[in-house]
Parts: sequence; C-alpha cells; structure tokens
Amino acid sequence: MNVIEFDHVTIRLGGRGVLVDASFAIAQGEFIGVLGPNGAGKTTLMRAIVGLVRPSGGAIHVFDRAPRRGDPVIGYVPQLRTVMPDLRVRGFDFIASSVRGERWGIPVLSNLDRKAIEGKLADAGARELAERPLSDMSGGERQRLLLAQALLGEPRLLLLDEPLISLDYRYQEEIIDLVRRFARERNITVLFSAHELNQLIGALDRVLYLGNGQAALGTVGEVVTGPVLSRLYGARIDVVRADGHIFVLSRGRDVERCDHLHDHAHDHHHHHV
Amino acid sequence: MFEYDFMRSAFVAAGLAAVVSGMVGYFLVLRGQTFAGHALGHIGFAGATGAVLVGLAPVWGLVGFTLAAGIGMGVLGERISGRDVAVGAVLALALGFGLLFLHYYTAFATEATALLFGNVLAVAPGTIAALAVLSAVTLASLAAIMRPLIFASLQPELAEAKGVPLRFVSTAFLAVVALAVSESAQIVGVLLVFSLTVGPPATAQRLVTGLWSGLILAAALAVAEAWIGIGAAYYTDWPVSFCISVLSAAGYLVALIVGSGMPRSSRHTIDRATEGRPLQP
Ligand SMILES: Nc1ncnc2c1ncn2[C@@H]1O[C@H](COP(=O)(O)OP(=O)(O)OP(=O)(O)O)[C@@H](O)[C@H]1O
Ligand SMILES: [Mg+2]
Repeated sequence: MNVIEFDHVTIRLGGRGVLVDASFAIAQGEFIGVLGPNGAGKTTLMRAIVGLVRPSGGAIHVFDRAPRRGDPVIGYVPQLRTVMPDLRVRGFDFIASSVRGERWGIPVLSNLDRKAIEGKLADAGARELAERPLSDMSGGERQRLLLAQALLGEPRLLLLDEPLISLDYRYQEEIIDLVRRFARERNITVLFSAHELNQLIGALDRVLYLGNGQAALGTVGEVVTGPVLSRLYGARIDVVRADGHIFVLSRGRDVERCDHLHDHAHDHHHHHV
Repeated sequence: MFEYDFMRSAFVAAGLAAVVSGMVGYFLVLRGQTFAGHALGHIGFAGATGAVLVGLAPVWGLVGFTLAAGIGMGVLGERISGRDVAVGAVLALALGFGLLFLHYYTAFATEATALLFGNVLAVAPGTIAALAVLSAVTLASLAAIMRPLIFASLQPELAEAKGVPLRFVSTAFLAVVALAVSESAQIVGVLLVFSLTVGPPATAQRLVTGLWSGLILAAALAVAEAWIGIGAAYYTDWPVSFCISVLSAAGYLVALIVGSGMPRSSRHTIDRATEGRPLQP
C-alpha cells in the first residue's frame, strides 16, 4: 500500500510553481531522504502532506485520503521552529502541550499520556530533558525533544524537516540512527529532509530530489546522476563518486557545501510569537 | 485595619484583580506579548476619557475600548515581525487621544488620575459584584481556550499543522487580556497594570518551569503582592499603587538573583539566527 501518492500535483506559491505536474508514490516503511537546493520546495512538500498547503492542480493522497490538518497518524517536526529565546518551560510540559493540543478547554493529562511521554523521551534518549527548561537546552537537545514529541501517538508517517540543522556531526549521526532504528522497528514511513546526501546514504531507501519545480524519486543510483540533477538544478551538474562519498559538483564546486554558506537566509529574521 | 468597610472592599477587589491578572499575565509573558498588554491599558485610558466626554460612565469606555483594541490587534497581528512597531504606534495614538479628551473635559482630571494610577481604597461595594462577574467571565474564557493557547504559544508551526486556528486563538486571547486589563486598571490604574500582569508571572517563570505550577504561582504572587501592598499602604500612608509596584519589581529582582544562583548546565538562548548555521564536519 502506498502511504503518499502525488498524482500530477502542481503547487503554486506567490505565483511561482514550486512543484509542477509532479507524480510519485512512497510505500509503507520506506525511509526517504528529501533533498534539493534552498527553495526547492522541501518544506512546501511536507506542508502539503499535512494539509497546510493545497495543490492548485492534481491530487495528493496520504493513506488514501486527501491531506487534512491534525491527522494523528502523522508525526511532524516543522523546519521553522519558533522558540522564545528565554522560554522557561520544562521539556515535559513543552511536549505535553501537543497532546490533543487542538482541543478546547483546560489541558489535562491522563496517566496514560504521562507514561507515553516518558516512554518516548526515553526512546529518544531525552529522559533527562523532561525537567529542564527549554531556555537551557542546546540545539541538539531540543531536536531530540522534538523528535520524542513527533513519535508520540504512534505515527505511521514521520515528516522531519531538516532535523539536522544546527547539530554537529556526531549528533547528526545519532539522530539519523535513532530515526532509522525507530522507523525500522515499527515499519514507519519517514520523509527526512536534509542538505547533505552523504550522511543519509547509509540510512535511506530512496531519495526524493526536488528542484526547478520537478521531483525525482528513486534510489541514489538512479537519481543522483549528472543528467537528472542537471535537470533539477537547471545547470550543468557533475556527480563524482569517490571513497564511498558522492560529490555533487557544479562547475567544479561542491553544491551541497556551497549551499550551507547562505543557508536559510529567509529564516534569519527573529520570529517571536 | 479590617474593621473598616473600605479596607475589606479593597482586599476583595485587589484579590480578584490579582488572580485574573496573574493568570492572564502568565500567558502574556509566555507569548512575549507583555507590550501588547501594556498598550491595551493605555487604550483603555483613552476609552474611559472618551466615554466621559460623551456622557457615559468611564468603565464602559474602558472595557469597550480595550476589548475592541484587543480584538483588533489579534485580527491585524498576523504579521508578527511588525507587531512591536504596530503596538507602539497604537499606544502613542491612544495616549494622544486620551490627552485630547481630557483637554475638552478638564473636570474629569481627578477621575483621570484615579484611572491612571488607581485608587483601590475607594472601591465602592457595588463595584465588587461587577468585578467578581468580570473576573469569572475572564477566567472562564481563558479556561475555554487554554489548551490550544498553550500549544499555539509554545509551538505555533506544529499547532497550525495539527489544526489549531492560530488567528482565532490569538484574537480570543487578546480579548481576554483586554478584559483582565480593564479590570486591573480599576484597581491599580492603567499605568500600573504592568505591576500585576507582568511582574508576578515573570517572577513565577523564573522560579518554576512547570506550566501549571507557574500559572498558580503567578496568581498567588499577584494576590500576595496586592494584599501586602495594601497593608503596607495602610500603615505607611504611601499610595497603594506605589507599594504594589515596588513589591512587583522587588519580587522579580529577587527571583532573578535566586534563579541565576541555581545550577544551569548550558545557557543557550537559541533563536533562528543561530539555528540556520549547521557546523561543518
Ligand atoms: N508563503 C509563501 N508565499 C510565497 N512563496 C513561498 C511561500 N512559502 C515558500 N515560498 C517559496 O516557495 C519556494 C519553496 O520554498 P520551501 O521553503 O518549500 O523550500 P525548501 O526546499 O524547504 O528550502 P530550504 O532548503 O531553504 O528550507 C521558495 O522559492 C519560497 O520562496
Ligand atoms: Mg525548507
């Protein structure tokens, strides 16, 4: 059974086609690396899957239904994670806010809810974060907390939008391993967006490469090739394989690494709510 | 001091206003909207003076204007980045109008002073019933939106994806703030609304990190500061509002000192500016 189906989907934002007539299908249990340059539409794709962005053409099916907000089978970690710089709320309560957080009334947690939160914190190796305020957590610790939160409610599909941002290499590996292990054990489908392919290669089943309004889904061998990427980047791209690594080069420069230099310029404005 | 009717009224009125201010203020501080709360007080002042000018009781202008402004801010406040500037502009405009209304109705000057700086010792017993109703309505409204409000305050992006109507929640919340502000403005005065809606919640958040414990502590601190302030005013003959504002500031200062003495493993104030830059392996 397919978990996600894009059927000739076109998504326009601000008059620009972020995705034009894209079709692909993702099966249950697949670990998909979502890649592509800045502005390629990785975030938009995930927002479309959770029902925040509507396609202007074609149809999206998630678990054979149209996407709808608040679908409990989807665990989502958005890319933009507004956190007040001095939020003195402990990790446990932060996560607990998402438990049926869309309902009205006074928030009450059952014992079952508490057990579930504690269990997922333990799964994500974040048990000691329960009592710590968010203002005292490092970027990596927060990422772990958000991962624990996304695992709550036994999702069948995990959408992780750039969960490796602001982590150093060791933590990146840890997060990838954690997600991979968790997803394998429970046969969960994962969409994991990132800027660097190489770290993900060991974990992913297929890659979904976005760019130029197009989407290419396939194994690394099928998609990460000069011709396919040239089409997606709209420029001549060479793919060099060396030493178990893949280098995506544009005129001799490593595209992925250059990306980082002006990474996420549009996120930089302070965003306090 | 409890043998006097006016003192008993003062304690009851201040207690009611303090509970509401502490609880509503807790969410203001959580959402980083204390400036908006402050501005609502000033808008209420303009409303009260305007109401007097057209022959209405100032309370109606106070409640009506703050409520309208709160809802207006919520509806317009979509562009978050511009919020501070927008609030600041509206605040200045409101004060200007308040001044204009006073200019045409100078007889209102003493009442205006009371509204600006509060006069809890002059609370009429009849007002207490109205205050109690206003408190109950405010707290009930807060309770009704509390769950999505917490979710939307802590994680707006995820809350939206999970189906929380962000704009409605923030508008409803600002309406609740408007009610709370007009209520505490009658007790401590517009200019000192800050002492009850911001001081105790900010202090509570320095001391505890749980949501419920923070909320309850904020209300308890607000009540304690209000009551001790009234007691102190009774014995010293200083203005009540002054005593409460000093207590509020002192409480926060003590919490800051106590809080910084506690062990903190890593002090990270991460915002988007630092998050966007991954370290290279
Ligand atoms: N609300 C919006 N209105 C108009 N255009 C938008 C909006 N949101 C995104 N876009 C545009 O859509 C395109 C895709 O953006 P998206 O955030 O999905 O890219 P991304 O692949 O996630 O990029 P990044 O690697 O920087 O996170 C960009 O060109 C962006 O400017
Ligand atoms: Mg993105």
